[in-house]
Amino acid sequence: MELLKNPLIMAGVTIAVVLGGILGACSYLIWLERKLSAWMQDRLGPNRVGPMGLLQPIADGGKFLLKEDVIPDHVNKFLYLMAPCLSLITTMLAFAVVPFGPVSHAPGDFPFVIAPGIDLGIVFVFAVGSLAVYAIILGGWASNNKYSALGSLRASAQVVSYEIPLGMSVVGIALLNHTMSVEKILMYQAEQGFAGWNVWYQPVAALIFFTAALAESNRLPFDLTECEQELVGGFHTEYSAMKFAMFFLGEYTHVITISFLTSVLFFGGWHFPVIAEVGSPWFLKVGVLLLKVLLIIVLIQMLRWTIPRFRFDQLMGLAWKVLIPMATLNVVIVMCVLEFELPRFWLLPLSAGLFATVGLISTQGSLPQRSLTAAPTAAHGHGH
Amino acid sequence: MPINESDVTWVSEPKMNFWESTFLPAIFQGLKVTASHIDGHTVTQQYPEEPVKLPMHYRGVHRLNRDDQGRVKCVACMMCATACPANCISIIATEAPKNDPVWEGRDKYPASFELDELRCIYCGMCEEACPCDAIELTHIYDLTGKTREEMIFNKDKLLSVFDQTKDSGVDPVRTHRGKLSGTADFQSLPPLAPATSVNPDDRSAKASSPGVISR
Ligand code: SF4
Ligand code: SF4
Repeated sequence: MELLKNPLIMAGVTIAVVLGGILGACSYLIWLERKLSAWMQDRLGPNRVGPMGLLQPIADGGKFLLKEDVIPDHVNKFLYLMAPCLSLITTMLAFAVVPFGPVSHAPGDFPFVIAPGIDLGIVFVFAVGSLAVYAIILGGWASNNKYSALGSLRASAQVVSYEIPLGMSVVGIALLNHTMSVEKILMYQAEQGFAGWNVWYQPVAALIFFTAALAESNRLPFDLTECEQELVGGFHTEYSAMKFAMFFLGEYTHVITISFLTSVLFFGGWHFPVIAEVGSPWFLKVGVLLLKVLLIIVLIQMLRWTIPRFRFDQLMGLAWKVLIPMATLNVVIVMCVLEFELPRFWLLPLSAGLFATVGLISTQGSLPQRSLTAAPTAAHGHGH
Repeated sequence: MPINESDVTWVSEPKMNFWESTFLPAIFQGLKVTASHIDGHTVTQQYPEEPVKLPMHYRGVHRLNRDDQGRVKCVACMMCATACPANCISIIATEAPKNDPVWEGRDKYPASFELDELRCIYCGMCEEACPCDAIELTHIYDLTGKTREEMIFNKDKLLSVFDQTKDSGVDPVRTHRGKLSGTADFQSLPPLAPATSVNPDDRSAKASSPGVISR
């Protein structure tokens, strides 16, 4: 026990817990996703390995490990091997500041976050998380394959665009809570009770954050980087066995991270009225938080099997023409409310008004012009 | 040839209303549809464990029917071989010996009847063509063999398929068992579905000759 008071050793224990937790969660989330998609399509899903196919993730992992590790001749070996490692490392690293329970700073207590007390937590997550795009770009480039290269080009354009609304959407939160630290934002909400959840004051920001984060993690409906119809496998076309699995793990870890962030930043983290208040025991808090995260992950998975993929111009249009202006206006609204010291509940109607305005504007806007929109009249004929 | 301008209808994309352009209702509607399917209902058939449910008009391995005396019903008229688009039926016809009680009342029968199940495309044309319903397609789908020769079914094999399937329930003999050939007194279609049966609600089923689509 004395040993655990050493912050280094405690950090090691936390890392081990998080790593084990995330890897296990990833494999079973993949199982869940396969089951969900199967049920939605009136199929059965994996059901051969173990009861309900519960051992399927283990079989898959074994397969990934034992498969022949193909490295094509025409690739740049160093970069080619670095890409999947980078993908996993950056997404894992981003998790370092995400609290997964009641954060504690006392020596000897399990801290429930790998790096407690980082005041620039949000910035760290975004900075490190968006490094994952380098993995995709490197992977696509080093593969020396046109489909991979196209996939990674798309990825870079997409991630760079969605980075902006993602960052902007949390500026409001940071302003409202006077901090950039994820743990403090969580505590602030928990102390205020149910009415303190940021989603009541920043519903539009929550929407923008969720959308942009989904786009950042390259999941459907934003998985333009690996759309099979156009790009074979996208950036991971040339990857097989464990290297592909690492990309996949990276993507799933990203999903877990954004789900944690969404629930911590907007939905009160481990707080839930009556069940998990500030004074509740730690296991209730962890349970509530994990349940919230699971619900968000299930929502993400349901969205994946519900919404078709965007076209690339729609994707870019959504980021630049809708999300970024909306996020900017949202920040302006928060600033006005704070500057003129209006009560906080004004943010809810103002956000609703912002949402309605954006909706109204987009009914007015014309759709992208195509060359054939003008209907030729009969008088035109073949005059040439 | 260019399309006549008067045949072209120009349409433009409809304008989106307020809720449509916020996308949210559509997303929730979609989620509702997909979530409503998570109810445990599946269409999966667990094939090796459960027997498959095949439609009544499934076309599988052929059989050569027997008449009431157990003789091959086929009269070696070559209609099926002529109709077959895959050219996989070869028949050697022979005259039935006169005064032989076994072949009483028959003029011809096939001395050899070979059907290459590997070449066959299971179109059912032979069954349609046969004037005396001697050849029929059964519900046997798991046809395997070790050699190509094994898959060329001769008369005995085709007759044994008949013996094997005639009482199985899904492959009833579709014309009168006792008659040599159902062609002469064919009044109405048999109540049981022929190999190329149609859905009773289908337009083609209401035509004057069912199974044929008429305008
Ligand atoms: S089913 Fe078609 S292909 Fe097969 S033997 Fe009959 S007519 Fe020929
Ligand atoms: S059409 Fe019928 S009767 Fe004629 S040869 Fe073929 S199976 Fe025999």
